[in-house]
Amino acid sequence: MLPIRLACYGLRSVAANCKRINIGALSQITRKFSSDERPQFPGSRSQWTEKLEFIRPDLYDGIPVYRVMDRKGKVIDPSQDPQLSQEMVIKMYKCMTQLNTMDRILYESQRQGRISFYMTNYGEEGTHIGSAAALDPKDLIFGQYREAGTLMWRGFTLDQFMNQCYGNMEDGGKGKQMPVHYGSKDLNFVTISSPLGTQMPQAVGAAYSYKRAQNGLCVMCYFGEGTSSEGDAHAALNFSATLDCPVIFFCRNNGYAISTPSKEQYRGDGIAGRGPAYGMLTIRVDGNDVFAVYNATAKARQVALNEMRPVLIEAMTYRIGHHSTSDDSTAYRSVDEVRYWDERDHPISRLRNYMLSKGWWGDVQEKEWKEDCKRQVMTAFARAEKKLKPNWKEIFTDVYHEMPSHITEQLKQMEEHVQKYAEHYPLKNFSKD
Amino acid sequence: MNLFQAINNSLDLALSSDPTAIIFGEDVAFGGVFRCTVGLQEKHGKSRVFNTPLCEQGIAGFGIGAATAGATAIAEIQFADYILPAFDQICNEAAKYRYRSGGLYDCGSLTIRAPCSAVGHGALYHSQSPEAFFAHCPGLKVVVPRGPIKAKGLLLSCIRDKNPCLFFEPKILYRSAVEQVPVKEYTMPLSKADILVEGDDITLVGWGTQVHVLREVCQLAKDQLNVSCELIDLVTILPWDKETIAQSVKKTGRLLIAHEAPLTSGFGAEIAASIQHDCFLNLEAPIERVTGFDTPFPHMFEPFYMPDKWRCFEAVKKLVNY
Repeated sequence: MLPIRLACYGLRSVAANCKRINIGALSQITRKFSSDERPQFPGSRSQWTEKLEFIRPDLYDGIPVYRVMDRKGKVIDPSQDPQLSQEMVIKMYKCMTQLNTMDRILYESQRQGRISFYMTNYGEEGTHIGSAAALDPKDLIFGQYREAGTLMWRGFTLDQFMNQCYGNMEDGGKGKQMPVHYGSKDLNFVTISSPLGTQMPQAVGAAYSYKRAQNGLCVMCYFGEGTSSEGDAHAALNFSATLDCPVIFFCRNNGYAISTPSKEQYRGDGIAGRGPAYGMLTIRVDGNDVFAVYNATAKARQVALNEMRPVLIEAMTYRIGHHSTSDDSTAYRSVDEVRYWDERDHPISRLRNYMLSKGWWGDVQEKEWKEDCKRQVMTAFARAEKKLKPNWKEIFTDVYHEMPSHITEQLKQMEEHVQKYAEHYPLKNFSKD
Repeated sequence: MNLFQAINNSLDLALSSDPTAIIFGEDVAFGGVFRCTVGLQEKHGKSRVFNTPLCEQGIAGFGIGAATAGATAIAEIQFADYILPAFDQICNEAAKYRYRSGGLYDCGSLTIRAPCSAVGHGALYHSQSPEAFFAHCPGLKVVVPRGPIKAKGLLLSCIRDKNPCLFFEPKILYRSAVEQVPVKEYTMPLSKADILVEGDDITLVGWGTQVHVLREVCQLAKDQLNVSCELIDLVTILPWDKETIAQSVKKTGRLLIAHEAPLTSGFGAEIAASIQHDCFLNLEAPIERVTGFDTPFPHMFEPFYMPDKWRCFEAVKKLVNY
């Protein structure tokens, strides 16, 4: 190779690093570097402008909200009706109503001191069922805490829900966590943890693993609009895009993070407004429209897997219930506001109206199902309440894969202590094995 | 091989033997700022050795998720000083994954590596030894190698261990520690302390770089005080090998612990509390800790800050004359 004098273009270091550089490529480089057409910065090569103009964040109306049905459950554009089977739609309806019924019973049970804590899903049933129905049952779900409907859709039984809430010996989580921290290996739902947003970069890592494993599966990551303010959310969105991960980010924007309304959570165009900034395909949907949620999720899944890239869905909805049993939302919002959503824009009533219009449902079925549903929930409830808690020695299990000696030592010490002071510990409530 | 070469070798073996293994972090693709990942992207491919954006909490979270979903995830944090943004992911999530899920989920195949400790000029943010923060978190394993031979085996053990592991590599040793490292694949046991020098009069405990300082102290003590020191490298901070230390102290009756990290709530405090409990009647003198001071790590004053051999020697003198 002839040595080439590139000093005039400041390319000495480039030349030093390139062992081989052919004349064709070199002329391309010189052409690129001498051209005045576009900025050449590695960080962005968009366009030049000579106008001093700041982008105004309120320049446009915001990303529109995709819907299929109106608030009364009537399909607006028939081409958007996913044309799900009667069986499927009834299953969706039953799942949402069963979730609602279970919520009522378990919320009440906390009030009565039977379980320590509970979080309801009122108003957001559509976001759960609509999205879960569009996934493959083997897609891995990372949730936040208000996605019980996705587990219910997949087949988590009433017994399993209640065993976890009661922390009894049948709880898959072995009584380690507060109520609603569900998890299921069989149903591909990663166990919930309390810290917000931590699931988001984890979902990205899992999706990367799935990509490498070429298993045709994607990862679904749920989070709230409040959680999207956490640093982990930014980390996750950025990593997913730069590393081309097949993950769907599903934001339940329900208007409140405990008492903090969304206008105190962000100043931009919600969470959807951030998607394009990360280089991500984005959509905003009506979260109370089961079909809109279904369509968006189905399409997102397709894109995530066919193009190996993340997709962001912001599902707009409303949190009808309190944040949790530790919250009384009348302290920060009006009863009228809540009533509006409960009566005028509810995912369950909208789907019911759709079913009625198709002749798939009626008053008789409604009454029958209501009673059947309540009975199922109540009997599961009674069963869960009667079961013993796990053996107290479970305190020491699963800290590590194998129990190290220092933990065994502590277990032994406590065994001796409990034996000596047995009458001061609630042993009768705990299993002996 | 020096330390970074031994680590490079260990990582190479991990990737060669486990098709699910991936290495990721800031700047790992070109070889890493300390050359630990040189050649690995070339050899194993871009999908297995890759850069992430600059975000430690993202790196840790990503690693946890990858491990949960079946990969052997080997994350690099560029300096242990910058592991703190990842604290939530490491301690609230990784450490508790198995416990809180009743064993349904775990991230046991996660290993996080980070260069740690003093390097001569690192100051506040390139010299930290954060092992004590993580020692307080049940569910994690924390390992600190003293040299290339140990590092290669320990790192492979961590990668294959079924628990999330933190592997802190003393950066000053990357180039300066050179040993005849076996080229074959081998592992070394975690949670097993090494008795490097046998002695009768006093037990010296350290890890990482400090082991070499204490070795010199052993010699000084022998030459100047006619004192026979037993030198122990703790190797694993969590779960730590209390048995080996206790057995040694029952023999010698005296214990000196030395570490670069600050005194208050440094890991020496845990060792001291446990050993005084288990060996109370065997002790001839109080347990002594020679450590960094309770200050951030200073720049110009590093020679005064470090638990150097003279401070350790002085402590040995005090203990044998107690």
